[in-house]
Amino acid sequence: MAGHVVASVDEIPPGTRKLVDVNGRAIVVFNLSGDFFALNNRCPHRGGSLCDGIQTGLVESKVPGEYCYSRPGEMVKCPWHGWEFDIRTGKSWCDPARLRVRQYPVSVKSGTELVEGPHVAETFPVRVENNYVVVEA
Amino acid sequence: MTTAAIDCDVHPQVPNLKALAPYLEPYWRDSFTERGIPGFESNSYPPNVPLSVRADFKGKDHPATDVTRLSAQVFDRLKAETAICNCLYGVELIFSEDMALAVARAVNDWIAKEWLDRDPRLRASIVVPTQNVEFAVSEIERCAQDKRFVQVVLLAMQESPLGRRHWWPIFAAAERHGLPIGIHPGSTYRHSLTSLGWPTFYLEDYVAYAQAFQSQLTSLISEGAFAKFPGLKVVLIESGVTWLPGFLWRISKFWRGVRAEVPWVDRSPAEIVRDHVRLTITPFDAPDDADTIRRIIDQLRSDELLLYASDFPHWQFDGESAMPPGLPEGLARKILVENPLATYPRLKEAVS
Amino acid sequence: MNIELRQPDVGQKTRLKVIDVDIHPKSAMEDLQPYLAKRWWDHYKTFGARTRQGFLKGFPYPKSQPFASRRDSWPPGGGLPASDLNFMKQQYLDLYPIEYAIMNPLSPTGQGDQNDEFSAAMAVAANEFQLDGWHERDGRLLASVVVPYEDGEASRAEIRRRAGDKRFAHVLLKSRTNELLGKRRYWPIYEAAVEAGLPVGIHVFGTSGRPASNTGWPSFYIEDMTEHASCCQAQVVSLILEGVFERYPDLKIVMVEAGFAWMPPLGWRMDKHWKTLKSEVPHLKRAPSEYLREHFWVSTQPMEEAEEPDHLMETMTWVGFDHIMFASDYPHWDFDDPLLALPPALDQERRSKVLSENARALYRLD
Repeated sequence: MAGHVVASVDEIPPGTRKLVDVNGRAIVVFNLSGDFFALNNRCPHRGGSLCDGIQTGLVESKVPGEYCYSRPGEMVKCPWHGWEFDIRTGKSWCDPARLRVRQYPVSVKSGTELVEGPHVAETFPVRVENNYVVVEA
Repeated sequence: MTTAAIDCDVHPQVPNLKALAPYLEPYWRDSFTERGIPGFESNSYPPNVPLSVRADFKGKDHPATDVTRLSAQVFDRLKAETAICNCLYGVELIFSEDMALAVARAVNDWIAKEWLDRDPRLRASIVVPTQNVEFAVSEIERCAQDKRFVQVVLLAMQESPLGRRHWWPIFAAAERHGLPIGIHPGSTYRHSLTSLGWPTFYLEDYVAYAQAFQSQLTSLISEGAFAKFPGLKVVLIESGVTWLPGFLWRISKFWRGVRAEVPWVDRSPAEIVRDHVRLTITPFDAPDDADTIRRIIDQLRSDELLLYASDFPHWQFDGESAMPPGLPEGLARKILVENPLATYPRLKEAVS
Repeated sequence: MNIELRQPDVGQKTRLKVIDVDIHPKSAMEDLQPYLAKRWWDHYKTFGARTRQGFLKGFPYPKSQPFASRRDSWPPGGGLPASDLNFMKQQYLDLYPIEYAIMNPLSPTGQGDQNDEFSAAMAVAANEFQLDGWHERDGRLLASVVVPYEDGEASRAEIRRRAGDKRFAHVLLKSRTNELLGKRRYWPIYEAAVEAGLPVGIHVFGTSGRPASNTGWPSFYIEDMTEHASCCQAQVVSLILEGVFERYPDLKIVMVEAGFAWMPPLGWRMDKHWKTLKSEVPHLKRAPSEYLREHFWVSTQPMEEAEEPDHLMETMTWVGFDHIMFASDYPHWDFDDPLLALPPALDQERRSKVLSENARALYRLD
């Protein structure tokens, strides 16, 4: 994998995202409060374009009727079937049994306790060099 | 047929209102007579409909209104060793809550005295007045003292879907006592039998119960009943079974897309069902060929889901065995014995 | 953000044609106004639509995404999803090898309105506008005959009006009707459809005015969605057991947007209990599952997702590959991409049947 400069940091202010092309791969780069993350734009479920989805918070619940809402803007929902992906890790919040999706071990920056399954949006390491966003893909 | 088979669905039938008289308080007993109330039999199984009583189970008298007659068929002829009684008298159809409670108590006492006392191989489900959840809970608390009551039975069509929170005290009580909730065909007739109105034919009425089971399971899962009551087991009795795989594929698919609406559903509905839900095998809605049945069993993806039942005296099979053809030996034994034992903890307890 | 992300797959798949049996172009009431008598336009402006449910706006069970649509289907120039033909072409009709797409308008159509006469007037307008506003602009878009189904005779009249017009593919009903569709009051629809040589499409939704399940009112949208399968089961059972197909042996029904995995077990259940109870239905000359197999088609979407792919294929075999037809449900969120939705294990011949040839045969398209 090589590092590709995809944008200057000014082009992706906090809370926004940008669709970039890296070697023919569509990758969406998110800025969450100054941290950058990159996901394969193609939803592993049925191919929807993640950059066209909305960013929303995480809702969890241990008890019916309770809605624990946290991490605003850190989940991206596929614009088609609504699958939720943690932007920081690429992991989806649903754990179905089947399907062919590639897993990439990613260090989880914000610990979570929920069961997470094999469905991940492919992630790419991102770093900032001299005000430029660099994606390794 | 393996010995020690546990028949999870037989139907003692209240012969008439007079039979309940010893178990009713005087006010109710007398008012029923004075008002000319004929009884509370449900129209879900009209007596002469072929499904209601298999012809060769019938003798001179109804095969299920007396313990001796029922036991002779269920134990001697059909070779079970234990049987769970689900009495379908129309307690839940009654509109007056107080009347419903009185009749529920009478039915449960009648079962205890005239069935469980007379044949130690019998166990029973507690019949409850679902019209009033507090009354239902009080009846569960009362009857749970008798360890021969192993389940709470509810009719499949109520006024509101069974997952709704206002039902939860019933689940709490059942979970507390280690009693599964059994859901059985029958309606409280608070709504038409389909969501598009009243069918023309009894055959449609009966087929519609498969849809009711699907909707009840949808409700229980979506409302988080199993999240709230992790010890709760639900048994779908006489449901038909084969609708289950396609249903799970559908609801699981939607869950993945709209999870945020019901965030307490923390894993796939298919997994929740495999953990918490069991189904009796009669009727098994499938063609009689072993290959198709094996494929359906495979689609269920669990050896622990199915419970043996004859559904006596309903006409769901011919001959002496309700088991579908072609089941592997190990699975047959699980269905007949191990799964029922695992589902109904009280079956393992000795009763005095 | 609209860089072109989807390239049509090279190779065999591009030689496949797609006949989509379910898309939802969105017209506005203003589009229908020229086709409505002033009396009905005034009625609408004053009293509005009254559809046996309580909300003035929105839906009884709120959707998970605005207008239940793909979030990327909102036209950049404004308007609701699927209201802009050019954007629809860019995003769907021209992006995939779509040969035909059958329009099943969901609103505004007046279907299921409490006022039968208004419903009848709206049906005419909805049908006229499907032609003028959509088909004439893109001939791939086939219309459905919207009918005021709660009024059997008015429906018959509308079907007769459109009979012989090849721009119409099928008659359109909704699944949540006020009574079971096998009941006699709806038979004029079937009679007219058969007379006109048109299949009858039953598309999910509508509002029956009754609780949205036969166990009472559910709470959540996920239940509303899941329940369509149960509702369609009741409709299928009614049509078969009432003897509609004995009376109309040429009638063909398409269950649209209901999924299909529920069908084989339903056939088995009907058969099993029919054997016990057949004295009640002497008018049926054959087992219920035979009528099911012969007279019912299904659209693929929303395709059930089995945990093991083989199981889904097995079920599709039980349904019958010759009776399964591709549908995208564009622009809705549970949209199925024609190149990705079908099980990968499907061989070329069956893929081709599902993607186009079954629909071509049923709808007599060339």
